[in-house]
Amino acid sequence: MPSGLLQQLPALQVVLPLLAAPLALLIRHKTIVWALCVAVSWTALAIAWSLLQQVLANGPISYAMGGWVAPWGIEYRIDTVNAYVALIVTGIASVVFPYARRSVEREIPEHKIALFYTLMLLCFTGLLGITVTGDVFNIFVFLEISSLSTYALISLGQDRRALTAAFQYLIMGTIGGTFFLIGIGFLYVITGTLNIADLSQRLPEVTQLRTLHTAFAFVVVGIGLKLAIFPLHLWLPNAYAFAPSVATIFVAATSTKVAVYALMRMVFSVFGPSLAYQDLPFGRIVFTLALLGLLTASTVAIFQHNIKRMLAYSSVAQIGYIVLGIGLGTVAGIQASLLHIFNHALMKGALFMAMGCLFYRLGPISLESMRGIGHRMPWTFAAFVISGLSLIGVPLTVGFISKWYLITATLEQGLWFLALAVLLGSLLAVVYVWRVVEAAWFGPPSTAAADVREAPLPMLITTWALVLANVYFGINTDLTIGVAGAAARTLLGGAP
Amino acid sequence: MRFLQLYNYEIAIFLAMVGFYVVVSRGNLVKKVTGLFIFQTSVFVLYISMGVVLGGSVPILTEGAQRYSNPLPHVLILTAIVVGVATTAVALALIVRIKEAYGTVEEDEIHQQDQYF
Repeated sequence: MPSGLLQQLPALQVVLPLLAAPLALLIRHKTIVWALCVAVSWTALAIAWSLLQQVLANGPISYAMGGWVAPWGIEYRIDTVNAYVALIVTGIASVVFPYARRSVEREIPEHKIALFYTLMLLCFTGLLGITVTGDVFNIFVFLEISSLSTYALISLGQDRRALTAAFQYLIMGTIGGTFFLIGIGFLYVITGTLNIADLSQRLPEVTQLRTLHTAFAFVVVGIGLKLAIFPLHLWLPNAYAFAPSVATIFVAATSTKVAVYALMRMVFSVFGPSLAYQDLPFGRIVFTLALLGLLTASTVAIFQHNIKRMLAYSSVAQIGYIVLGIGLGTVAGIQASLLHIFNHALMKGALFMAMGCLFYRLGPISLESMRGIGHRMPWTFAAFVISGLSLIGVPLTVGFISKWYLITATLEQGLWFLALAVLLGSLLAVVYVWRVVEAAWFGPPSTAAADVREAPLPMLITTWALVLANVYFGINTDLTIGVAGAAARTLLGGAP
Repeated sequence: MRFLQLYNYEIAIFLAMVGFYVVVSRGNLVKKVTGLFIFQTSVFVLYISMGVVLGGSVPILTEGAQRYSNPLPHVLILTAIVVGVATTAVALALIVRIKEAYGTVEEDEIHQQDQYF
């Protein structure tokens, strides 16, 4: 690759899917549009990988958008943290798009398929934009790009409840976005800048200002709504349950992860850990909510009949684990959070993909309609079981790695009751995963399951690619642990 | 007197609370969206107010002007207005679809129709 192009990679990461979106709208032919999406997502993955290598070798990359230098222009700044998150987002996208073709043909009306892909690309653009930008206002804009396209994606579900779910998400998401906007407005009033690096230099001079504390509260609550942190999670279960399968996979595996990244970036890089953890009770509030969230949501998941809804509640619980690490505020805690971002994307992606395969053959999936399906669709079912084990945290899967690091991080602080809660959460996960296994394998076959075949091959292959990734990164942890550790140290201000 | 001098901030807070209250308290989806838009508009007022520089003129090069108001918040809020319009458009489109699917735009009637909460 010529070096000139190499320097433009941070911009291309966002511009590529952004240009592909209207292109998809113009082409309209469903197979060509799908191929375009696959090509874009793979190229984006290659860009993210090459950026990560550059960052690991030479330190942070700063890119001046349009040639306007940092505090005046918009800066795209890539360090270990964003490179890592961008890798997760593009990695998931490059598996979801190849999977999408058959599933989308089944679930989306013919004339809307190209529009569906356009929305997916826009959502992809927004998520990548949040990760690579170094400007807080830009984060807001990309947050809204991804959110708006997500509302529309959810509303394309076949069930009419998808519409009300999308509307509920729109109301809560917009309130969240507006809170965030108010927060950054206050930051601008205090410092006169919107650049993250600039903000982090100027804010420590004014830590006692009440405007700053108000800004902090607005920003955290605003992102908390997008993140679905425990009491603000109400939009999530229905949105995931009734959205089209492909949209659920993509949104569940990436969008809350990117919101976690935005939270970390704002709390650690902009406000600084000393303001958040010493002047304000951020750590205590967050880990109390995380604790409540992971226990309640896991318990609620046990009583769900709709399996997608059950997995959505499990997502709320898993977000609890992720924020728990942030609540600890130590390098080990942040590392565990970052690890779980990666690992949860893999396991939830795989689980929802297995759900998509079942949906392809069965339609809406409840415990009843799933009875006996394990014998009819053994490969899909095996994929579900392995990623379910990963969700529980069985050794040799990624779930084990992140829970291990999380428990070590809590014990390091002497917070043994948090470690116990993590273990309890895993036990609850055993219960809800087992309910599905019991129904699907040991139950008498339902009438719906009597004459179904295995899911189409392309869908199975991509599902298994993610399932194998669950196992591979559970055994070979060099990449994830190494990069997550370096990223955690960057966030807390140590040497990268 | 200080209270009166900051009147645009007070208007912003008042609008934000009005909008927020409407979103929370009304069951009619169209009213909810209206409330949401009022809430967003309050932020526009907040941003535009912070761009004011005392004694500053409009941020256009003119003869004899010594100080200019800060144009950056205005530019930011142009973007936020676009976001707000897009959100309202998507919300209204969703309401049209909800009306088609349920025959009503009242939240409690929709809940009654599918008892899943």
